[in-house]
Amino acid sequence: MNSNLNLLIGLAMGLNLLALGSSRLPIVIRSMSAQGVILGAMPVLMEHKLDWRVLLIALATITGKGLVIPWLLRRAMRTAQIDRELEPLIGFIPSLMLGAGGAIAALALAHLLPLLPEHADTLLVPGSLATVLTGFILLIGRTKAISQVCGYLILENGIYLFGLLLIKAMPLLVEAGVLLDLTVGVFIIGIIVDRIQRAFDSLDTRKLTALRE
Amino acid sequence: MLLIIIPLAASILAFVIPNNRTRPWLLPVVGIFHTLLSLWMFFDPPPVAAGSWLGFDPLARAVLPTVSLLFLVCASYGVSYLHVRFERDNRVFVAALLAVLGLLSAGHQARHLGLLWIFTEGVTLAAVPLVHFNGTPRAFEATWKYLLVGGTGIALSLLGSLCLGYASLHGGGEGDLTFVALMSQGAGLSRPWVLIAWVLLLVGYGTKMGLAPMHTWKPEVYGESPGIVGAILAGGVTTVAFTAILRVRSVVGAAGEGAIADQTMLVIGLFSMLVAALFLLGTRDFKRMLAYSSVEHMGILMVGASLGRSGMVAALFHVWSNSLTKGSLFLSAGNIRRAAGSASMDSVRGMAVITPRSAVIFVVGMFAVTACPPFGPFFSELKVVRAAFEAGHGAAAAMFLGCLLLAFFGLTRVVFGIVDGRPRSASKAAGKRFLETADVILPPLALLALSLWLGLFSPATLHEAWSSAAAQLFPTSL
Repeated sequence: MNSNLNLLIGLAMGLNLLALGSSRLPIVIRSMSAQGVILGAMPVLMEHKLDWRVLLIALATITGKGLVIPWLLRRAMRTAQIDRELEPLIGFIPSLMLGAGGAIAALALAHLLPLLPEHADTLLVPGSLATVLTGFILLIGRTKAISQVCGYLILENGIYLFGLLLIKAMPLLVEAGVLLDLTVGVFIIGIIVDRIQRAFDSLDTRKLTALRE
Repeated sequence: MLLIIIPLAASILAFVIPNNRTRPWLLPVVGIFHTLLSLWMFFDPPPVAAGSWLGFDPLARAVLPTVSLLFLVCASYGVSYLHVRFERDNRVFVAALLAVLGLLSAGHQARHLGLLWIFTEGVTLAAVPLVHFNGTPRAFEATWKYLLVGGTGIALSLLGSLCLGYASLHGGGEGDLTFVALMSQGAGLSRPWVLIAWVLLLVGYGTKMGLAPMHTWKPEVYGESPGIVGAILAGGVTTVAFTAILRVRSVVGAAGEGAIADQTMLVIGLFSMLVAALFLLGTRDFKRMLAYSSVEHMGILMVGASLGRSGMVAALFHVWSNSLTKGSLFLSAGNIRRAAGSASMDSVRGMAVITPRSAVIFVVGMFAVTACPPFGPFFSELKVVRAAFEAGHGAAAAMFLGCLLLAFFGLTRVVFGIVDGRPRSASKAAGKRFLETADVILPPLALLALSLWLGLFSPATLHEAWSSAAAQLFPTSL
């Protein structure tokens, strides 16, 4: 049971590195959405008996992160006519190294934290920490708005991974809130990306420098 | 409960009303209902069931009425503002403003960790259309930064909430995430997870509050959005993040880590004050100046809240005096900005000639906010200092006063820079088109009067409300 789960988390951590090392935006979007689908499938695997609430979460995650959001992002990419991150603030190799180092540190750190016995032999905590870190690297180290949005989504994926620890005990409310807000958030971000593109003819957030002290 | 439903229902109504000219009247109508209701509940607090997820508990009682008052005044200013800006469709603006009010009221009353997070996230998203109302490229830029920084903060606070949930689960909790249940679990919470949760929640909600170094969105947003939005954000939205931190702090305190929590709050509060004071000495834009002043006052709130029970009372007092005074400053700054056509010291001068009334309110408000007696902020900040000495934090109190002094220099430099001197001919022409009618002068004046009233009289019921809120947050200590 747990080995299947760990395999999927390992896969998600691999996708982190793919997103960090790639300069082509479609690959970043694809690895982000693949990660979303993997995460969506996880709660179904974790539960022994299938609950309708768990199924609902899984379904909502897969459609949201696997279909809707990537579609929105691709549309934004087409309207802006860009598909590459050319001049990242943190280069691709350094961000890969950071991500890999972060994953190792997350594994080490997770051993120091007290965990319930049923979570002790899963990779949920280190996987979540590593994914959150990946999201941060993308948010800080990339200049194109679309890469930053992908970074934000990967950050959310990491948080979702952590939420899986609590999926049995805590009310569904927390998870439902995540999905709803995530979708709305990206939708609004999408609109704004659209507008920024019209205002600046580029999705380069470095050009957003009129407001500077 | 009605406090939440009325604004949200009105927000939907705002989408239905087709007329651009009648729609803004919805704002003051809702504002009046909301204020009456919250004042009524203030004087006659309803009982709150211990395990309920939403409730008008002492903390909500101690903070929410000031949000209602601020909203009411801003709403009456908003009517004339939106009539002036008639060329822009205000459907989304009005709806979003009402939604912000509803979600704010909900956030203040949330007694459940998850629910609190959902409402805070909701406020963040609902405020997005407000920020880019002006529609200029600079407003878009501000909105983008707001979303990116605010979104990251909100994500971190969710992670923190989950960690706190895990702390409870690890300690054998039943999955009940109401603050009451978490506090009663107390020392049973897993320590390492509580500390991780505290750091994440402080950073997350601190971003929403605008504490340094997570304040970077603030100058952009306050500088580029309409004055009324700045007032609501600075006086309303930040308070919900503050009460969120206080509620979490009470859980951390119950878990036996209160001392660490207080230390981090003291440090981050003083750091915010210092950063804000230094930026105030450098800024040349009077709307961005207000943003840094807001960062400074958020720092004051954190310092106050870290100083035990008497400090907490002072901090809640400061929530009131800051919200009302800052609202007055934002509205009068909005007037000046519109009359002058710019917000930079480099091109604005002599506003005492062009807009005499707004300039007077702006200057007096500036003195009020830099803690000159007899306005509210003077007394609340005095209480913070006194609490600091009582708690034996002499060095912190000295630094606190030093930052206040620096901020005073910074504020006077900018304010007198734009008020004094001879007006430029270009702004003279623009100023002719701007009329200081009663509907743009009375609202900031009313807020200033409220701040004065708070300083001079500060009624006993208010003090009683603040102390009972402090008692809710520190159930054991004296």
